[in-house]
Amino acid sequence: MGVGIQVDNLNAWYGSNHTLLDINLHIPANQATALIGPSGCGKSTFVRCLNRMHETNPVAKVTGSVRIGEIDIYADASPVEIRRRIGMVFQRPNPFPTMSIYDNVASGLKLNGFRNRRVTDEVVERSLQQAALWDEVKNDLKKKSGASLSGGQQQRLCIARALAVDPEVLLMDEPASALDPVSTAKIEDLIFQLKSQYTIVIVTHNMQQAARVAERTGFFLSGKLVEFDSTHKIFTNPGDKRTEDYITGRFG
Amino acid sequence: MPGPFDTPDPVKQTPPALPPGQEPSAIRKFLLSRGSSALADRGFRWLMIGCALSIFAIVALIATELVMRSQLTIAKFGLKFFFGTAWDPVNGDFGALPFIYGTLVSSAVALVIAVPLAVGVSIFITEMCPKFLRGPLSFLTELLAAIPSVVYGLWAIFVLVPLLREHVNPVLMKLFGWSGLFVEPNFGIGMLAAGVILSIMILPVISSLTREVMTSVPHSQREAVLALGATRWEMIRMGVLRNARIGIVGSIILGLGRALGETMAVTMVIGNRPDIVKNLLAPGYSMASVIANEFSEASDDMYLSALIEIGLALFIVTIIVNALARLLVWAVTRGAPARVN
Repeated sequence: MGVGIQVDNLNAWYGSNHTLLDINLHIPANQATALIGPSGCGKSTFVRCLNRMHETNPVAKVTGSVRIGEIDIYADASPVEIRRRIGMVFQRPNPFPTMSIYDNVASGLKLNGFRNRRVTDEVVERSLQQAALWDEVKNDLKKKSGASLSGGQQQRLCIARALAVDPEVLLMDEPASALDPVSTAKIEDLIFQLKSQYTIVIVTHNMQQAARVAERTGFFLSGKLVEFDSTHKIFTNPGDKRTEDYITGRFG
Repeated sequence: MPGPFDTPDPVKQTPPALPPGQEPSAIRKFLLSRGSSALADRGFRWLMIGCALSIFAIVALIATELVMRSQLTIAKFGLKFFFGTAWDPVNGDFGALPFIYGTLVSSAVALVIAVPLAVGVSIFITEMCPKFLRGPLSFLTELLAAIPSVVYGLWAIFVLVPLLREHVNPVLMKLFGWSGLFVEPNFGIGMLAAGVILSIMILPVISSLTREVMTSVPHSQREAVLALGATRWEMIRMGVLRNARIGIVGSIILGLGRALGETMAVTMVIGNRPDIVKNLLAPGYSMASVIANEFSEASDDMYLSALIEIGLALFIVTIIVNALARLLVWAVTRGAPARVN
């Protein structure tokens, strides 16, 4: 089951560029939360701060606190321990091209030294089923490489890979922006199915997508969280003029 | 009746006329003045075909020349030449096996030392080293490739060989003497010295290519592994080395090619004795070395023919080793394509 996320006074920098300014918000457990905003507004940086991927860039810096469940991820644990609890799906599908489909899904388990073959088989099947990919690949699990699939299938494979380690939170950084409409619809269905079991944070360029999948939506602009509310409120009666301008297409 | 989406008959179409008194733009005029360039394109195509074919021609020429010039020994010894162990120019008895053995063993020693070192250097440079050190360090490793091999040979004689004799070999004999690979006599020069100097010479070839392949692994692969909760070493193993392995094997093949053919430095430290012994501290001989050493003193036709056939053997061994290496790459990567998206 998922856990909630409490963010307090989060600031982030790339070199001298202050990309996130005093972000405060609470992301509820077992719901989908969408983050929208124009390019460069800091929404991707924000999700990368939630699993400490931001700091893999040598010039990056973070202050403030992020509590995921009971853990302050910047005070109580190492980045490696944090990332084992939080799955991430990236903008461009990035399956491991030298591994079979099966090994791609099992890679998180293998990486952490999990050896039980029977359980691994079960986890691979369950994860692929959750990612709605099982029926398409079940016959060549170990024959085909992860890179031999189509773009949309690759992205669902990446989702299965993230789900296989049973994460408490699933972060998705524009998971459908590189995909065609059919694949996008499949990914959205998937988010809909998964959000009862996982806390999902999804960054998206596509406002309709946010409206379709998320209970809550946050609007970022120039590194600030302008508004964070229920998706319904954001899209029908936004409290801030800038949010209204953005969702009605006046800029961005 | 034409349907609504049919394109109109091209014959009826007239080019859009410019309004009277208006010239086409300078760019349009320039582009119209160019022909189809078909001739240049065809010429380029044939030029490239010629370049590609010249490779085959050179290889074929070398092979025929080697076979023609070693007619005497081929006729006298046949295939036995490659398996004979005698090397007696005075009585006209020749066999290539000790030289083949020496070339293969010294190259193998070189790979055993150079491959882990080169991969380690590449990992350090691409994944761990601070940015300001990256340039100088890469430059230094590549500088090793620019040193002439005779200089390596001199350095080996005056520095490496005494070092091996006084400090390294005694330890090896003590620890691994039981294996039979490191036993008396300890001259310093010998198969091990040749292997060590070769390893230093092929290090830059392997490490610079390995570094290049590792750098070209997309950043998204590293992020994918990190996001699964990998430590740095696990990220390098699963995200980088695994994706780069075909390129790394390719760089090892290139390094091996250089080791097999290296002449000068090896000649200076291998000991130049055509023996086949298990002991790596004992002197040996290599194919390239025997040609370099004895070509000028090959007084009769049979002797000369034998040396040229050694060259033929080197040619064949190189081809076989390369083919085996490619087979290995093919076998390892058969299941999964090498494509990195």
